[in-house]
Amino acid sequence: MDKTATKEYETVIGLEVHLQLSTESKIFCSCANKFGEDPNSLTCPVCLGLPGSLPVLNKKALEYGIKAGLALNCSINPLIKFDRKNYYYPDLPKAYQISQYDMPVASNGFLMITDEDGKPKTIRILRAHLEEDAGKLIHESTCSLVDYNRTGTPLLEIVTEPDLSSPQEAYDYLQNLKLTLQYLNVSDCDMEKGSLRCDANISIREKGVIKLGTKTELKNMNSFKAVKTALEYEVSRHKKVILAGDRITQESRLWDESKQMSFSMRSKEEAHDYRYFPEPDLVPFVVSDERISEIKASIPELPFTKLERLIKEYKITEYDARIIIQDNAISDFFEECTLHYKDFKKICNWINGSLLQELNSRKTKLAQIDLGALEFTKLIQKIDDETLSNLAAKDVLTHMIDSGKSVDEIVKEKGLSQVSNDSELEKIVEEVIADNEKVANEIKEGKESAVGFLVGQAMKRTQGKANPKKVGEIIKNKLSKSQ
Amino acid sequence: MKLNYLTAHEILDLIKENKTSAQKVYKSVLDQIDNSEKAIKAYANLAERSEISIDENKPFPIPIAVKDNMCVLDQETTCSSNILKGFKPSYDATVIEKLKDSGAIIIGHANMDEFAFGSSTETSCYGPTHNPWDLDCVPGGSSGGSTAAVASNQAIWAIGSDTGGSIRQPAAFCGVVGLKPTYGRVSRYGLIAFASSLDQIGPITKDVEDSAILMNIIAGYDPKDSTSAKPEDALFLNTLSCRDDNYSHSCDLPDFTKALVNDVKGLRLGIPKEYFIDGIDAEVKQAVLDAIERLKDRGATFKEISLPHTEYAVATYYIIATSEASSNLARFDGVQYGLRKIPERPRKSSIVDMYEETRAAGFGTEAKRRIMLGTYSLSSGYYDDYYLRGLKVRTLIKQDFDKAFKEVDAIVTPTTPTTAFKIGEKTSDPISMYLSDIFTISANLSGIPAISIPCGFSRNNLPIGMQIMAKPFDEEMLFRIGYTYQQITDWHKKRVNL
Repeated sequence: MDKTATKEYETVIGLEVHLQLSTESKIFCSCANKFGEDPNSLTCPVCLGLPGSLPVLNKKALEYGIKAGLALNCSINPLIKFDRKNYYYPDLPKAYQISQYDMPVASNGFLMITDEDGKPKTIRILRAHLEEDAGKLIHESTCSLVDYNRTGTPLLEIVTEPDLSSPQEAYDYLQNLKLTLQYLNVSDCDMEKGSLRCDANISIREKGVIKLGTKTELKNMNSFKAVKTALEYEVSRHKKVILAGDRITQESRLWDESKQMSFSMRSKEEAHDYRYFPEPDLVPFVVSDERISEIKASIPELPFTKLERLIKEYKITEYDARIIIQDNAISDFFEECTLHYKDFKKICNWINGSLLQELNSRKTKLAQIDLGALEFTKLIQKIDDETLSNLAAKDVLTHMIDSGKSVDEIVKEKGLSQVSNDSELEKIVEEVIADNEKVANEIKEGKESAVGFLVGQAMKRTQGKANPKKVGEIIKNKLSKSQ
Repeated sequence: MKLNYLTAHEILDLIKENKTSAQKVYKSVLDQIDNSEKAIKAYANLAERSEISIDENKPFPIPIAVKDNMCVLDQETTCSSNILKGFKPSYDATVIEKLKDSGAIIIGHANMDEFAFGSSTETSCYGPTHNPWDLDCVPGGSSGGSTAAVASNQAIWAIGSDTGGSIRQPAAFCGVVGLKPTYGRVSRYGLIAFASSLDQIGPITKDVEDSAILMNIIAGYDPKDSTSAKPEDALFLNTLSCRDDNYSHSCDLPDFTKALVNDVKGLRLGIPKEYFIDGIDAEVKQAVLDAIERLKDRGATFKEISLPHTEYAVATYYIIATSEASSNLARFDGVQYGLRKIPERPRKSSIVDMYEETRAAGFGTEAKRRIMLGTYSLSSGYYDDYYLRGLKVRTLIKQDFDKAFKEVDAIVTPTTPTTAFKIGEKTSDPISMYLSDIFTISANLSGIPAISIPCGFSRNNLPIGMQIMAKPFDEEMLFRIGYTYQQITDWHKKRVNL
């Protein structure tokens, strides 16, 4: 076999994430920072870059930048300085972007992921810097239009070192990054709305070689999944090129989601000289240690610390804990439930099962619905004390979320109380046996596994209200008695 | 004397005594414009007279000319450049807002060198402004339209901007008082930037008293300008680094008219030896030395000082100012406002074609020269040798002043090496044009306030200016010395008859 074909290659990936910060107003003016409004309705002389206008830094944007930096274990540069990045583009009204060049607000941090062997792996974060977003171009058939609403949206650009070794790791990094940032409430991290955008730098090299291979930069991925797929495509493209004896061209490539391929953007990029220099319209200033400490103190317990604590404190499985920490509100809800109800595993089951199902089917979040932890645990208790069957309890949960009413009210209103009354149940069982003679006979002949079927029929007949345990006992009794 | 020959404080006194009205003053200014604007060409654009309203109840209903680089709501503001023709701002600059609030009557935009690039007002797209004292001479620049308007009594006041001497040099050439305040003293919001770290708006008036009155109107912290000085913000001053703890002066906003004190006794004034060099016009030198004698008579003491890095000021300035300008002017690309040109036959991509065609047609020669200089200085591979080195030398120049102000209260120099030169004399020699600002540039690089005050006339009857520089935020010192000087001299009372 050809030797080159057996060579082993390793993948080197670095990610650049542009995160829109969810401040009320834009980074250098007081226009609202909102998505989806009428084109050019959220503009002023400053974000339009009109002659004579001047930027003033939004303190909240700086706070969010520092907060994110701290949560990513970065050191914070207390001297806040901005620079101009000069380039021409119609969506950039000043023909320069106010950014941070040599003094990013945060640098030298890290984020943990789990590698393919399940071991923790550190992904170093080179820097995170603040900058302003550009406008949006809309291309019509005969002309192009500019919407400046997005111009001046605060961005935090978070750049990793080339520490990611596979598309899967890149995917996991993005998941963990998003989760961390969502805990901080600094961004909604919605890739579809463009509030989180990711460019990926990728190269491959022969195993054992230290020098990095030639990289390409991938752009235009609109989901984490797309990042992963694009990287997988690019890894194999690199391999093919190299195995064919050709060289990789250093360039930016656009990911085409519909074709599932990357295309060269023409390597014009390399010719760019952004002529960075200190932004003279913003005087550098120092953020005090106290202020940084204040911001630090405002950072909530982060998801992976929480994960470990939940497992340890509540003895729940890692699987359950991982689902619970996906949403800070959910994990808080879980912990509140534990104050009222002591079977933690059961709480997990109900949260990770029915509750998440309800939320997903409604495309909503826990924070948006009216459901108290106390009521939720009461619902679980109603199953324990056999007032409600599992099935009925699910129904009650639906009504609770719809109406915001208490468990008791709904149970009463809907007459959902479980039927445990022996004579009533006996009557039902008799009907079920009469309707399912064949199955009943099988049970009589000793096929105990068929009992479940009849229990199911009884539940159906009572719209879930029958106590399934009792029904089972009665069936067994009746069918053995008559033997 | 005609009303428009008076100073604002004289006019305000007459109004108070019911001897005249703002309407009458305004009328006298308009008559003067009708009479002499054709010869002077001080204005780039005059406001529609029908749209001007005069509020006699406002405290300062004074006709004022505003340099064509300050945004006035709905009034064409062009920086005297073809590229901004037709641009009508959707907002008022902060100084314009303040002027309007005080009742000042904005009669028009004064002519200027295109984007303030020049020292003669010859690079304007509207053609040159003429010096009221000699129509064959330049008024200086870049605020030449503003100073000519005041000198020709076509405005009582004017507002200019000063990046390297653009208020003081034309003030000297036109025989009026021009102040460049401390960087950060007056808001730059709405001033179309030339070099953001050097630009400063300031008053152009007939005497020092008016200068203080006008400063009271336009100065002060502006939350819309991050580089404007906030009194309680000590941090601002530290990062500006144009001052030293040893001579710290509060940047609280004073009542500048309180500094109009007729007393310089005991003040220590410095004469920098580097400013009295060969090549300086003998008449200019003599006039300033005479002025120094007059101040000595009033009890000021003088000593020779040294500002050793002065010789690097012009070079440093042209690196820093053009670098910032190349970035500031990049927004004039034909996309949103002003001139847009599209070539008849497409060359590159349609957007690149538009950029190139628009900028080629819209900018004049000097603007293109400076954009290229600045782009070069900031380019990768050259940044360290030019822009970064420029910043370092700038710090050294600041330190010269820090050191000097430990020994003296103010520094006195000529404003310019010569009196006004002839129109066309230096247009083909940019370097000699740049050297016209040799004495004024250092104040911009170091952020300190400086004023030019008329201190004599040449044999050819051209005005001569004396420059006084003081510590950061100590404009009061300039007013005190200038006011005292004007109590014992009459240079500021000379008027051109047109």
